[in-house]
Amino acid sequence: MTTGETLGEFLGRQGVSRRAFLKFCSAMASMMALPAASVSALADALEQARRPSVIWLSFQECTGCTEALTRSNTPSIEGLIFDFISLDYHHTLQAASGAAAEAAREEAMHENAGQYLLLVDGSIPSVKAYSTIAGISNLDMLKDSAAGAAAIIAIGTCAAYGGLPKAAPNPTGAMSVEEIITDRPIVNIPGCPPLPLAITGLIAHYLTMGSMPELDRLGRPLAFYGENIHDRCYRRPFYDRGLFAETFDDEGARRGWCLYKLGCKAPETYNACAQVKWNQGTSFPIQSGHGCIGCSEPNFWDKGGIYDSVAMGQFGSGPKIAVAASVGAVAGAGAALLARDKKHKTETKMHSDE
Amino acid sequence: MTLLDFARGPAIHWSLIIMATGTIWRLLGVLVLTRGADLSRPRDAFGNFKGYRTVFSRAWPSGEFTTATRYQTAMAYVFHLATLVVVIGIVPHIEFITRLTGASWPGLPNAAGVGAGVLALASLFALIARRVSKPAVYCSTWGDYLSWVLMAAPLVTGLMAFAHLGPRYETMLAIHILSAALLFAWFPFGKLMHAFWFVFSRAQSGVAYAHKGVRI
Repeated sequence: MTTGETLGEFLGRQGVSRRAFLKFCSAMASMMALPAASVSALADALEQARRPSVIWLSFQECTGCTEALTRSNTPSIEGLIFDFISLDYHHTLQAASGAAAEAAREEAMHENAGQYLLLVDGSIPSVKAYSTIAGISNLDMLKDSAAGAAAIIAIGTCAAYGGLPKAAPNPTGAMSVEEIITDRPIVNIPGCPPLPLAITGLIAHYLTMGSMPELDRLGRPLAFYGENIHDRCYRRPFYDRGLFAETFDDEGARRGWCLYKLGCKAPETYNACAQVKWNQGTSFPIQSGHGCIGCSEPNFWDKGGIYDSVAMGQFGSGPKIAVAASVGAVAGAGAALLARDKKHKTETKMHSDE
Repeated sequence: MTLLDFARGPAIHWSLIIMATGTIWRLLGVLVLTRGADLSRPRDAFGNFKGYRTVFSRAWPSGEFTTATRYQTAMAYVFHLATLVVVIGIVPHIEFITRLTGASWPGLPNAAGVGAGVLALASLFALIARRVSKPAVYCSTWGDYLSWVLMAAPLVTGLMAFAHLGPRYETMLAIHILSAALLFAWFPFGKLMHAFWFVFSRAQSGVAYAHKGVRI
């Protein structure tokens, strides 16, 4: 439940120094491309922010998004900000279950009508029977909870674009949040899972500015999804020099060369992995030796093999070319025979005229 | 389906199907329609050999024409060699060919690929400038101009995609692939077919002339 405690008081109580807090605010201002002068304003606004009520709905998901946010090795300020929000409903994290849990959700919705943030992870099956919580279908629960939300944050690629549950043949008829809810501000934080900083950064932006940040055409905050990973990748110089790992255990792989030939999707994937990294800035997939699989892009699972450098470009239908060539051969031979026939007729006619 | 999915999927697949069908159709259509054997006695015992030699000897203009054709010979050589480097030297292109055929070879650094692309495009502009300024020499048809546009488009869009100019990278990449798909689909139906015809046409004229004892 929301209380009168401000974020500044809460972080102070958790032992976070003002210096550490200001460092976080500087990093946040930098990520959100705010001018340097705005850092103090950001810090003041964040310090004074009151606990917002948050309802987190989990539908067809794997809990990876929640894990990414909560399972960091050491408590980070991002994690603490997440602790600060009044998480009134999250059926993985909350102690209550059954009717008590649903009662908490309904109470939060009622008390903070029009003001609470709705966080959604997981896609929503259009066939209601495929996923229910306390007898309520995911579809109905989303529509019901979205009606009184100030804004919705679709966390993870499943909520943002349908994700893995939507992969062909999409047996549950999985849909994204924005395909169902059209009358509320929605921000997508895709990724499998998304960067924790992108989630808390968005919440921090909302707490300080009272609005959602600038988004790209796929509804993602430009601050975190404005650039593709390839452009920020530390292996980019090897791409430019034409030095590639050909297999996962060759000399190129050992020397950290570009993973493009092993199917890295960084050139068309927009995310902040290469700058922010994971586990307190330790590493990210490409740094650990595996190409990007493009998890923050819609339908990434259906775009060909994750180890194919020319996704969807391989001619899996080789027989099609053979059939095409045969058709060409028949057409060509047919055309030639017709022409030959015509030539002979013309010759015969010419001789008969002589 | 995004534009990139369409370009990488149905567009490129269908363009290759059209190219394979069209090329074989046109090749067979002409080659089956052979002339009958020339029954006259050849003036030169090595006539056929000398004729086939023309396939290579015509890769260079005869001495009499060196000066008059210097400009387009030089530009055409630059264009063909640079385009070859672009097609078989740039790593994503090699990856595409590998997926299609299984064959693979080492690629060039990006700077070399960009250099070749710029050279190819510049020489292509030099050639169209001559074509436009000398209509009486070329007697161009709309098909010739279409071939030029469809040849220039993948070069322009490829360079733009690499340099991150214009739309977002994935959109520009899709446009680049679509422009290549259009080139593939048009290939058998315009003068781009000279990529196959040149062998047969040179050999045919060479043999015909050699048979008559013409020195070539």
